[in-house]
This record gives sequence, structure tokens and C-alpha cells, in this order.
Amino acid sequence: MAAEQTNSGQANRGNSRLIAYALITVAVVLFILGLLDDYDGGLSISPMKQFEVVPALGGDMVHWYTVTNATLFMGLAILSVAALMVLGTRGRAIIPSRAQSLAELAYGFIRKMVEDVAGKDALPYFPYILTLFLFILFGNFLGLIPGSFTTTSHFAVTMVLALAVFVTVTLLGFIKNGTAFLSLFWVSSAPLVLRPVLAIIELISYFVRPVSHSVRLAGAITAGHAVMKVFAGFAGVAMVAPLAIGGMVAIYALEVLVAAIQAYVFAILTCVYLKDALHPHH
Amino acid sequence: MEGDIASMGQYIGAGIAGLGAGLAALGVGNVAGNFLAGALRNPSAAAGQTATLFIGIAFAEALGIFSFLVALLLMFAV
Repeated sequence: MAAEQTNSGQANRGNSRLIAYALITVAVVLFILGLLDDYDGGLSISPMKQFEVVPALGGDMVHWYTVTNATLFMGLAILSVAALMVLGTRGRAIIPSRAQSLAELAYGFIRKMVEDVAGKDALPYFPYILTLFLFILFGNFLGLIPGSFTTTSHFAVTMVLALAVFVTVTLLGFIKNGTAFLSLFWVSSAPLVLRPVLAIIELISYFVRPVSHSVRLAGAITAGHAVMKVFAGFAGVAMVAPLAIGGMVAIYALEVLVAAIQAYVFAILTCVYLKDALHPHH
Repeated sequence: MEGDIASMGQYIGAGIAGLGAGLAALGVGNVAGNFLAGALRNPSAAAGQTATLFIGIAFAEALGIFSFLVALLLMFAV
């Protein structure tokens, strides 16, 4: 029995290794195709071409119901989040499988962050923050697959996410605290003369939040992907090609890091804003 | 080269606004450097403060993002 299990375990491992190799092959082929797609001979760099929103199923008119590549990749992000969570929690084993440990890792990490940053009474809003984090994380990571489209590089996408957080948090502040929420802008620890000035500054910084919240994510992702494409353009020149490809590998590694960190920063700032809404007193 | 003096000013302005993003890097480096200095003095307290580190970095970065936004607006929206 035990030997049988080890055997099937080894077979499983062999299978997943095969799948991994297949995925890597597909990624390399897509990578080369993506490079050739933009390559017009000689030194041609069009770093912003990858951000164009085009219909995913052919045609060139974009109506409100057209499935564009942005729609497609947002749907893929939602599907992968759902797949991770559904497949990860299906077994409910004491010794978790790989999918289950990933799901538990994400869940535990974000839950601890919400508790540490926003306090225990913010835990009812933890599902929203976990959803935001996973959606952005998977949007970023799917965008790192060569030839794919990065939804989070668009200000329209991140702005909607940030505005949703802004509206939710503001409404929550008024529902939980009533007009006492306005004491967020009235810094009672400052001298009385300074308070009106501080109130104006606090008010401006409050309404600027959704802008910095969204532009940080979109800006970081856009800049990273544009830099990668610039290096890819340099690879067309034989003299500097090895250098350019080496640089591109390094920047790709950096972008994997940035993808995770930006999702984390978005989630942690949501927690900070949530804390302000629940405890507006300075 | 072609174009008029207005678009020249636009591009020069975008370039100057780009400096702001670089200056924000000083702020971010300051936050991270001071965190590391503190963390090496008392490593046991460092783990609990990583969230604060990221919040600090995010706030320092925000103003650099505004200059990046100004550059973008000058390039594409004006």
C-alpha cells in the first residue's frame, strides 16, 4: 500500500514535471512569437504597442459589448483566482497539497495584514481586500506571460478599483461614525490656529488618494513593461543583442518582484484607508 | 525635425516633470535605508515593521507619481 502510494506520488511528480516543461516550452514559443510580432527589421522600438486595446476575436470595431483583450485577460484573472481557491480548498487536507498551500498562504498573509494594519474590527472587510489583492496579483502575473496583455497597466482599470475603494471607505466612515468621521480632517492634537490650514491640507490629501492609489499601480506596471519592450527592440541589433537579452532577463526578474509588491501595496493602502474610516480620531 | 514651439515646450516640460520621479527615488531610498539601519540594530523588531515600511515607501512614492502624471498629461493629454 505504502509502496503503491510512493509510486503514484512519483508518477504524479513526473506528470507535473512534464506539465511544467510543456508550459515553459509554450512560454518560450510565445515569447519568440511576441518578439517577431513587433519586429519590422532593424532597430524598431514601439514600446507602447503592447498596451493597445484591440478586439480579442478579430474585427476592428470596439463596441460596448465587444470582447477586447482587456476583457479577456480580466476574465482570465478572475478564472485563475477562482480556480486557485476552489481547487485549493477542495481537498481540505491536514498536510496541504501545493494548490492548497498556495491558497492558504495568500489567505493567511492577507488576513494577518488586515488584522495588523487596520485592526480586528476591520476583519469583516477582509474578503474585499483579499479579492482586490488576488485580482491585481493575477492581472500582473498574467501580463508577464510573453505576448499577453496587462490589464493593470491601464489607468481605466486601476482607477475603477481605486474609486471603488474610495467610495466604499468614505461611505463606511460615515455609516460607522456619522458626522464624527469629519474629525479625520480636524486635527485636534494641533494648535487651534493651525487647524483650519491642516484641515484644507488633509481634505486635499484625502481626495487625492484614489489618484495616487491607482496611478502607482498602473504607472509601475506600464513603466516596467515599456522598459522590457525597449530592451527587446535593442535585441534586433546584432552588436548589442546578447547584452540586451541579458538585461531583459534581469528586468523580467525585477518585474516579477514588482508585480507582487504592487499588488501588496495596493492591498495594504486599502487597509490604511479602512483604518482611517473605522477610527477617524487622530 | 518638425513641430512647433508649443510642442517643444510640452516635451521639455515632460522631461522636467520626469525629474520629480527621480527625486522621489531619493525619498524611497531614505525610507528603505533607515529601515535597514534600524532593522540591523534590532533584528527581532524588524519583522513586525515591514508593513510600516511599505506604507512609508508608498507615501514617499506618491508625490513622485504626481510628477509622473504631469509628464504623462503633457505628453498625451495637452
